[in-house]
This record gives sequence, C-alpha cells and structure tokens, in this order.
Amino acid sequence: MPTDDELRELHRQMVRARVFEETIQKAYLEGKTPAFDIAAGPVPGEMHLAAGQEPVAAGVCAHLRTSDAVTASHRPHHVALAHGMDMSKLAAEIFGKDTGLGHGKGGHMHLFDAETNFGCSGIIAEGMPTAVGAALAFKKQGRDDVAVSFFGEGAANQGAFHESINLAALWQLPVVFVCEDNTWAISVPKDKATAIPNNSDRAAAYGIPGALVADNDVVAVFEAAGEAIARARRGDGPSLIEVQTDRLLGHFEGDPQVYRPAEELEKLQARDAIRRFEEQLVAKDVMTTDETAGVWAAARAEVDEAIEFARTSPYPEPASALDHVFA
Amino acid sequence: MAQITDTKRLLTTAKAISEAIAQEMERDPNVFVMGEDIGAYGGIFGATDGLLAKFGPDRVMDTPISETAFIGAAVGAALQGMRPIAELMFVDFFGVCMDQIYNHMAKIHYESGGNLKVPVVITTAIGGGYGDGAQHSQTLYGVFAHLPGMKVVIPSTPYDAKGLMTAAIRDDNPVVYMFHKGIMGLGWMTPNSRATDHVPEEAYTVPIGKADVKRPGRDLTIVTLSLMVHRALDAADALAQEGIEAEVLDLRGLVPLDRDAIAESVRRTRRLLVVDEDYRSFGMSGEVITAAIEAAFDYLDAPPARLAYPDTPIPYSRPLEQFCLPNPDTIAAAARQLVGR
Repeated sequence: MPTDDELRELHRQMVRARVFEETIQKAYLEGKTPAFDIAAGPVPGEMHLAAGQEPVAAGVCAHLRTSDAVTASHRPHHVALAHGMDMSKLAAEIFGKDTGLGHGKGGHMHLFDAETNFGCSGIIAEGMPTAVGAALAFKKQGRDDVAVSFFGEGAANQGAFHESINLAALWQLPVVFVCEDNTWAISVPKDKATAIPNNSDRAAAYGIPGALVADNDVVAVFEAAGEAIARARRGDGPSLIEVQTDRLLGHFEGDPQVYRPAEELEKLQARDAIRRFEEQLVAKDVMTTDETAGVWAAARAEVDEAIEFARTSPYPEPASALDHVFA
Repeated sequence: MAQITDTKRLLTTAKAISEAIAQEMERDPNVFVMGEDIGAYGGIFGATDGLLAKFGPDRVMDTPISETAFIGAAVGAALQGMRPIAELMFVDFFGVCMDQIYNHMAKIHYESGGNLKVPVVITTAIGGGYGDGAQHSQTLYGVFAHLPGMKVVIPSTPYDAKGLMTAAIRDDNPVVYMFHKGIMGLGWMTPNSRATDHVPEEAYTVPIGKADVKRPGRDLTIVTLSLMVHRALDAADALAQEGIEAEVLDLRGLVPLDRDAIAESVRRTRRLLVVDEDYRSFGMSGEVITAAIEAAFDYLDAPPARLAYPDTPIPYSRPLEQFCLPNPDTIAAAARQLVGR
C-alpha cells in the first residue's frame, strides 16, 4: 500500500493533469466555433486528451525518477506531467511557441524533454522500440534506470508491440510496458479488434510477467507498477501491465463519438477515477475535503500560470522552421 | 602506379568498413553494433567481419529478425548517449521498419528543437546485377535522400568506405550508410578489381557530403556513385581511346548533396551525364540535373542526359536485368551522343 504521503501525491498528480487538460480543451476550442476548423485558434491540429486515464500515469510515474526514460503515445500530457515535465514548457509547445520544449517544432504528439528523459510518438506502438533501446543503453552503461513505455490497447495489435516485448524479454532489459486500455481505438472497440480479452495475457507468449489492473484504480496501478519497476530496476527483466482505464472524451477533440452509446459515457463519468479516489481519501481520513479542494485550487493556479506563459510567449521566427534538421 | 609499394596494404571494401568500425569501437566505448547475422557470420556482406571475436557479444549483438525493434532500439539507445550501428541486411527490407527510420530516427532531433541528438548509423546493402530479383536488388537511396533528417552516405572505393564509416560513426546525426554488394570484394560476387585497394591502417575520415573527382576530364562530366562509379570509369577508359575525356564525379553520398562540386565540374566540361542505378523518376538523376541547371545553366552546351534504372521492378532473369542496368557500353554510348560523336 502507498503511504499517506504517496496517496496525496497520486491525488495531486491526477488533479494537475485533469485541470491542465480541461484548460487545454477550452483553449483548443477558441476560434473553432461555430464552425469547427481544425487549423484555427491558438492550438491547431489534432488534440488527444486523457481525461479518465490519469490513474495510469500517476500510479506508474510515482515510482520513477527523471533519469528513467519514458515514452508515451499520441495522448501524452498526463504521462508527461506525472513524470515531472515542466508544465510551462509543455503548454508553450502545445501553443506552438518558441519557449516550448521543441521551440514549436514538435507539438502535442511529439514532446521530447531531455530534462525528464521523456519522448513520445504519434505513431501507434512505435514509441515502444525506443523504450527498449533506452533500456538497452541503461544496461550497457551500468545504470539502474528503467524505461517505461505507455501505449493504448490498439497498439497491442501492431508488430512493434510484439517485436519490442520479444527483444526486451530476450535481452532481459529493464523496461516496463504499460498498456492503457481505454477500450476504444478511435471508434473500434477492443472486442472487435483483439483476438483475446486481455493484452496482459500476451506477456506469457514472451515469458514475462503480465499484470491486469481491472478497474482504473490508482492504488492498484501504483502497486502493480511498483512491483514491475522494482523488478526491472534490480535487473530481473521486463513486465507488461494492462490497465483497464476510461476514456471520458472523444478520441480527439471534435470527435462526434457517434460510435459510442451515450449511456456508456454517463456510466464512465459516474465512476470518474479522481472523484472516486478523493472520496476514499476523505473516508480514510487521509485528506479532508478542504485539503482536496486546496489541491484543485493549487493545480488551477499552476495551470493558469503555465497557460499564461504559453499565451504571452513569442512565436518562433518563421524561418527557424529550417533549423535543427541536422545537429 | 609508382605509389603501389609492398608497404601499402590492400583491403577489400568490406574489410575497410569493418576495420573502421573496429577502430571506432576501440576509441569510443559507446559504439556498438546490432543486426541480423552480424556476429559469428560477420555480416552477410562482410561489413562486420571479425568484430565479434574482437569485442564479444555485448558489443556485437546478433538480433532477431525484428528490424522495427532493433532499429528502434538503436534510436532509443542513441538518445541515452550511445552510438549504435544497426545493420539493415538489405535496403529492400526497409518496408518492415521504415517508421523507426523516417518518423523517429530522422525527426526526433528536429521535433525536440535541437535538444536531443540521435547519432545512429544504419548500414545497409544495396544494388543488383547478380540475379537476386525484385526484393533483394534495389538501391533505393533516393527514398532515404528524399526524407529530411538523415545523412545518406554511399561509398564506391575501399578508401572512401573506411573514411566515410569513421566519419559516420563520429557524426552526431543519423547516417544511412549504403554499401553496394558489388563493391565489397566478396569472393562469391562477380570479381571487381576496384573492390580491393590500398587503405591506410590508421583511422581517418572522409568528409560526408563532399564529392570526389575519380577521373578528371574535359569533354563531359559523368555524375554517379557507388558501383556505377566503377562502370563509369570503365566507360571513360573506352571513351579515352576515342579521344573523349570524361570526368567521373563520385558523389559519395546524397545527403548532403555536393551541389557545388556538380556545378563546378559542369562549368568546366559543359556537358552532364548522370548515371544512376536507382529508379529513374523522382530520384537522384533528376536532382543532380536540377542542381546543374540551377547553378550552371548558361554553361551547358547540351541538355543534360541521364542513364538510370527504368521505372520497373527489377527482373530476375539475367538478360532482363542486364537490359535494365547501366553498363560501360551504354554509358559510353550516352556519352558519345552527348558530345555529338
């Protein structure tokens, strides 16, 4: 079980991610009404938000230090924040500003941060091989750092998933594969795309431990991840964790979600993992309602500052588009 | 030929490449090699010959047939400070792993706004002419050169092969290093006298992105690379018998492209023939001709010409494949036509 301090930190990380993304969601819609124009407003392009999936990022990243490598997917904000990425630089990158992580060259699906050893890939499952490579480097360098790769359940049907796990298992590399199963690969549900119910069972095919966290509970994620990360850190090889999490929003903002029954969304919202966890913390006297409210207020202030930084930062010089092709 | 003395070593291109890798592995503990059959076998085309015995399996790693995983792992390891060399056995296999190459290896430095470096070398075998069919004979360098973010190095001689490999490993950028099977000096390929040459024992670099005049000439410039340099030199020998002096400019790679060298040569010879083993359209031959026209149009005495692989998959049967490939005779014929003789 996590300590009370750890419980409070799990809560804080989930709240930070939720408030950050709710704010990004509003900013994203600026300039996109009444007619939705994906190119318009301060935040253009696709926007994949992770509301509902915060327990996965918070529960796993609680065990990491910034020298541990993390790769995330096209839906990366909750993971990036939980791993310690500077929120202002993240926001500025999303706003396409020169002060962003990649000086506006990456955008929300292509976040790279040397300070927190963080990277992501907008291509399904293709962040996994680089995590394997980071773990290979750690082993060669004699570091006890680990690599963690986050990906969705849709990624588990890609070749890169199987190739990456095979190589990591073959070479006994310190990498933890975390499948964020939110049921939906855009509009196609898992049971229409995957031959078996649980991707965690696929671990057996590669002779590594596979753990299933069945109810989007941050403490259960924390415990499964703690075991897998400790195992990797002591040199005992990779693990696969699947978390059955919830996607409270569309695949991307602007997704009409015609494929999803309305009652499913109501059901998911009713069991919002953050609210559920907060009730548990209060019931167990880990936090008071005043304290939980304080966490939301503090997150609000932090996010406001980050968004203000992003909005007031300058755009990069247009011709700087030609820089950084080569080192 | 006074240069040739007993004190100078002769090496095949394959040995020159593996020697460069070995010397860099000795110099820098971050350098390691991964790929299919690169250990005990020494690489199907010999580019890693002897490395396993010298450095052991931790630094010379045979991989599963799993290019997405191990090339992606090379990218991931490079991001953590290593300098991996990953061999893609045949360039034709890029289809199973291109995402890691062009969406990750080639873009992460840019997407990070210059904050991260990806010093990976991908070595890969190119080229046909030996009856290996449509999926094992392509050159495809035009595809890689088209996609921004990776250097593309393509040597034609043992000397250049060693120096360019050393430069590639020391480069902080991703480098795709393409060796033609026909220049490696392998006992099981058609003998090629130019695949063995003097190679200095000490480490040295050949600059990436600098073309090299392999034969000076006044009447036309033949711009080419890789095995076609050898073919062009043979053609130039034949042309010289007829009083036509062809300059053979070896690009030694495509990215960066040495546009200055193309323009400089064409200004002198006033005629350009591009010889290209890659597919004809949308590739190297078109880009080289464009470079010449942009920089030296007024100097040209004739429209530039090109001899390239036709826009067709590569056939198996010998007469079919040989019909498609440029050779010394067809190169000489194109040169004669260009100079009006």
